[in-house]
Amino acid sequence: MTARQVLVVALGDVRGPVLEAVTLARTLGTPTVLSLQPLAEPDLHALGTAGVERALVAELGDARHAAAVAGRAVATAAEVTGAHRVLLPTSFVAKEVAAHAAWLLDAGLLLDVASLAEDGDTDQVVGGKRVFAGTWETRCAVTCPVAVATVRANAVVATPADRAASTAAEPLQVDATLPRGLELLEREVRPTAGRPALAEAATVVLGGRGTEGDFAAVEELADVLGAAVGTTRDCVDEGWQPHDAQVGQTGVTIAPRLYIGAGISGAPHHHGGMQASGTIVAVNVDPDAPLVQIADFAVIGDLQEILPAAAAAIREHLDQSRGS
Amino acid sequence: MRVVVLVKHVPELLSQRALGEDGRTVRTSDDSALNEVDENAVEAALQLAGSSEGEVIAVTLGPSIAVDALRRTLAMGASRAVHATGDAFAGGDVVATARALAAAVRHLDGEAPVDVVLTGLAALDGLGSVIPSLVAAELGWPQLTVVEELTLEGQTLVGRRELDGATERWRAATPAVVSVTDSANDPRLPKMKDLLAARAAEITVLTHTDLGLADEEVGAAGSRTRVVEAAQRPEHPGPEIVTDDDGEGGVLLARYLLDNDLVGGAR
Ligand SMILES: Cc1cc2nc3c(=O)[nH]c(=O)nc-3n(C[C@H](O)[C@H](O)[C@H](O)COP(=O)(O)OP(=O)(O)OC[C@H]3O[C@@H](n4cnc5c(N)ncnc54)[C@H](O)[C@@H]3O)c2cc1C
Ligand SMILES: Cc1cc2nc3c(=O)[nH]c(=O)nc-3n(C[C@H](O)[C@H](O)[C@H](O)COP(=O)(O)OP(=O)(O)OC[C@H]3O[C@@H](n4cnc5c(N)ncnc54)[C@H](O)[C@@H]3O)c2cc1C
Repeated sequence: MTARQVLVVALGDVRGPVLEAVTLARTLGTPTVLSLQPLAEPDLHALGTAGVERALVAELGDARHAAAVAGRAVATAAEVTGAHRVLLPTSFVAKEVAAHAAWLLDAGLLLDVASLAEDGDTDQVVGGKRVFAGTWETRCAVTCPVAVATVRANAVVATPADRAASTAAEPLQVDATLPRGLELLEREVRPTAGRPALAEAATVVLGGRGTEGDFAAVEELADVLGAAVGTTRDCVDEGWQPHDAQVGQTGVTIAPRLYIGAGISGAPHHHGGMQASGTIVAVNVDPDAPLVQIADFAVIGDLQEILPAAAAAIREHLDQSRGS
Repeated sequence: MRVVVLVKHVPELLSQRALGEDGRTVRTSDDSALNEVDENAVEAALQLAGSSEGEVIAVTLGPSIAVDALRRTLAMGASRAVHATGDAFAGGDVVATARALAAAVRHLDGEAPVDVVLTGLAALDGLGSVIPSLVAAELGWPQLTVVEELTLEGQTLVGRRELDGATERWRAATPAVVSVTDSANDPRLPKMKDLLAARAAEITVLTHTDLGLADEEVGAAGSRTRVVEAAQRPEHPGPEIVTDDDGEGGVLLARYLLDNDLVGGAR
């Protein structure tokens, strides 16, 4: 019997979440990667190290930003490779693409899973995820032949394959016609300040209303930890941070290894988007703040004092261990 | 403009949300309500219809208690409400739910053309955020999703969205499917007299057969996923708390992170 084909989709750059999905895909079968943008030498090297022998590249121009078109590319790639398992690192955009692909493939959709495994008895793939702000653990099976799953960042540690491959990239022809009457008027990519992307970072430092709009201390600690910066809706409403820095039920859902929330009360809307985080740290003047209650570790005091002191202590430690 | 707004009745965030033996969400009328972001969808629908002397029709798919979501929508100003309900719908996954909602839109489109389907960006229980895309795929209509700013330009809609570090503006000809975020607008608060009137308002009830759907196309039978296990996670043991009273808070925080090997990604 030949191993099951698994398709992993890279909507953007080949980074951590794609390699995590490839690592997960290897436990299910033989991974092939579909990229919607050209693959450069370092990308091919990273995929090769992850054991990917075959990569398909669909060049769709700006049309790739339309979920219906990207979904068509994913469905085409699944058909070309014969993959009955399709994995996408999750995001709002990825979920839309997954939906269109699933619709075209008559597939079942598993959203934001942390694990995936084949059930040998039923020949079904089963996804695990935490729901209701992390209070319940569920496992959900796809009962039809084809499954499309979006995979949470940081749920799996990306590891190299036992045997590295040399990845061959081949073009994939996909119809790039936009849905009737749809037109992209403008697309502007905002600069990232060199920090990792919020949705995929292993560590995230967040500031809330308690910063009073001064994020310098939050950013300082984030940079010493190599972390992404996030925030609450109130700070977005105030114009202190852009909308895609918002964590919560109507913002980005994150589950980093380490979440540090400073000056954040921990309202249920915020909570729902971060509670699956590995370790939760709260810094707040109020010991009764809900975030303090759900935290693993909390420091009660002024974030403008505590964060810079913590950053300095960590920097000192790192300098010492580098020096020795 | 004839606008259909899809609204979901969900357990409130602060309630003890739970999954039953069958892996389905436990719903009671006391602690469930209209999905908050769907109020933004209703507001956007009312604004679109209002500027074009149109009509807003609210549609929900859910058990009998889900009628509360429709009444709230009527109180906000929707002119009609349609409740797709019946045991056959129970246990539907995103595929079955989208199929039924699209059938309801087609049903209404058959009476008179529908120009826009409006939805919220996510149901705050399932958090799937895929219903709008699946409904667009079912209908074969273009979509403007996760929209933060929606404008009507003649017969076309322009939506701005901010996702994954990029700002995009899309234009779509109608008919189209649009999902809005909670920052798209400020939903109006219904007046007491409208809330009272909505309690008595007539609601159209449709079963799956009314929508032209077979038994095996809806609910658990029409789904492609099945919850095989659901368990409540153990209670959190409670935090370890330190204070910064003597100015040691920052150092204690650093020590906690270092001791627990959480400074891995450092540069
Ligand atoms: C439909 C809807 C959707 C929403 N979606 C989201 C969402 O996705 N994400 C989200 O975050 N919110 C969301 N919200 C808003 C949410 O309900 C809260 O209002 C918000 O999360 C509160 O933000 P905050 O914690 O920054 O502010 P606050 O609740 O005002 O908390 C500030 C905290 O800072 C502390 N503090 C003050 N000064 C200091 C200091 N110097 N040092 C340390 N601590 C200090 C205070 O004790 C307090 O606990 C939504 C609301 C609605 C209605
Ligand atoms: C915790 C949890 C996890 C789940 N995981 C999965 C999964 O991985 N795969 C899967 O196939 N199913 C899953 N389901 C089932 C799925 O949530 C339901 O099918 C649900 O009815 C639709 O998906 P959603 O709630 O995610 O909607 P979303 O796609 O988040 O909803 C977006 C918008 O669509 C509209 N809408 C959604 N549902 C309705 C409705 N019933 N009536 C009217 N308008 C509506 C609303 O405007 C809403 O704001 C899950 C359910 C729960 C409770």
